[in-house]
Amino acid sequence: MTRGTRSGLAGLTLLVILAPPWMRTLLEAGMAGHMLLQIPLLVLAGILLAGFLPAQWRQRIAAYNRHGLSGLLLALLTLAYWMLPRSLDLALESGWAELLKFATLPLLAGLPLALSWRPLGMIGRGVVWSELVAKLAVLGWLYLEAPVRVCTRYLVADQEQVGRALLVIALLLAVALTLRAFLVDHRRPVTTQREPGEDTGHRRPKDPAVQVRHFG
Amino acid sequence: MRTLLTLLLIGGLGGTVLYQATDGLRALTSEGARRVAVTDAARPVPDVTLQDQHGDRFSLAELEGRALVINFIYTRCPTVCLALGDALQQLQRALPAERLGGDVLLLSISFDPANDTPARLAAYAEWFRAGDGWRVTRPLSEEDLHDLLERFGVVVIPDGRGGFEHNAALHLVDPAGRLAEIRDLDDVDGVRRWLEDAS
Repeated sequence: MTRGTRSGLAGLTLLVILAPPWMRTLLEAGMAGHMLLQIPLLVLAGILLAGFLPAQWRQRIAAYNRHGLSGLLLALLTLAYWMLPRSLDLALESGWAELLKFATLPLLAGLPLALSWRPLGMIGRGVVWSELVAKLAVLGWLYLEAPVRVCTRYLVADQEQVGRALLVIALLLAVALTLRAFLVDHRRPVTTQREPGEDTGHRRPKDPAVQVRHFG
Repeated sequence: MRTLLTLLLIGGLGGTVLYQATDGLRALTSEGARRVAVTDAARPVPDVTLQDQHGDRFSLAELEGRALVINFIYTRCPTVCLALGDALQQLQRALPAERLGGDVLLLSISFDPANDTPARLAAYAEWFRAGDGWRVTRPLSEEDLHDLLERFGVVVIPDGRGGFEHNAALHLVDPAGRLAEIRDLDDVDGVRRWLEDAS
């Protein structure tokens, strides 16, 4: 079994675990479980599912996704939709919206993110990470300070819990990124294991310093 | 070039979806969506039977021809219902005596009818010094309660401590018996102006 197939199967397994009604009820009972566990796991499932894509498909897609820009935009727009408080409410009220969530987060956020991450390059990835930290912190602060309950299906206490969790995640992420910036030697070219025939979307020979880590 | 076209396509489609999903960037929350929907298209209120603090029964349809300001409450509520009661109290003070109980009626409707007996409703009314133009009521059947919450778009969820959390607002029903506006509970001035126009 190739590494890609293993990753794809892991993504599929994750989806099967997340899909049963009792698991959905469990994760969606609180706003934190819904926003900070279920949604990120659905995105992760999509990232893993990308392993199933054969090399020819990746190559064909890469032509439309130079520097990973198209995939990043698609992922950001999809995430933006599911960040709307009313989308969360709708997913709780309607089976169709819930199904849409289970389809779009893996396929329109996770998968394109996986295909775009390496082509984005170190600077692109750095921008994504730093924007992510900033957005999580702002969102956390908003949720703590908001004078209104943003989801009619969740309690105010839930909302404040999410706000605190977002601030903690932003802080941990910032610390981790800082540590990595100091502790990982970017000058040393690191050889990465890669499937034969796997394409990264680049046509030109690459600067070894740029491809230090896949998810770096 | 192909990437550029793909970007334009994704941006265009995604932007359209987000625009639609937020009612043209007007509502990011379901509470906002509820207000936009009502403002865009007033909807008839359901004909349900209510019982007030004196034990008297009446139907919502009987009130047609009057403008109504409705809030949804439960009398044990320690938080937002107090603010809602306060808003109606301010309105009661601000409105001319001949209008209140005449062509304008304030209506508190309990969504906890099992606990909110007429005696409890009366205590609530007394606490806020509700006059003749302010009826504190409960629906008498589960179906009526369900119809009311559904049509007004009020979502009530248990708070885990024996109480409830619910979207709090002032619901304005026009003399034709249609829910026409939903306002913030601190927008007493706006409600007063709306009532002047509605007469």
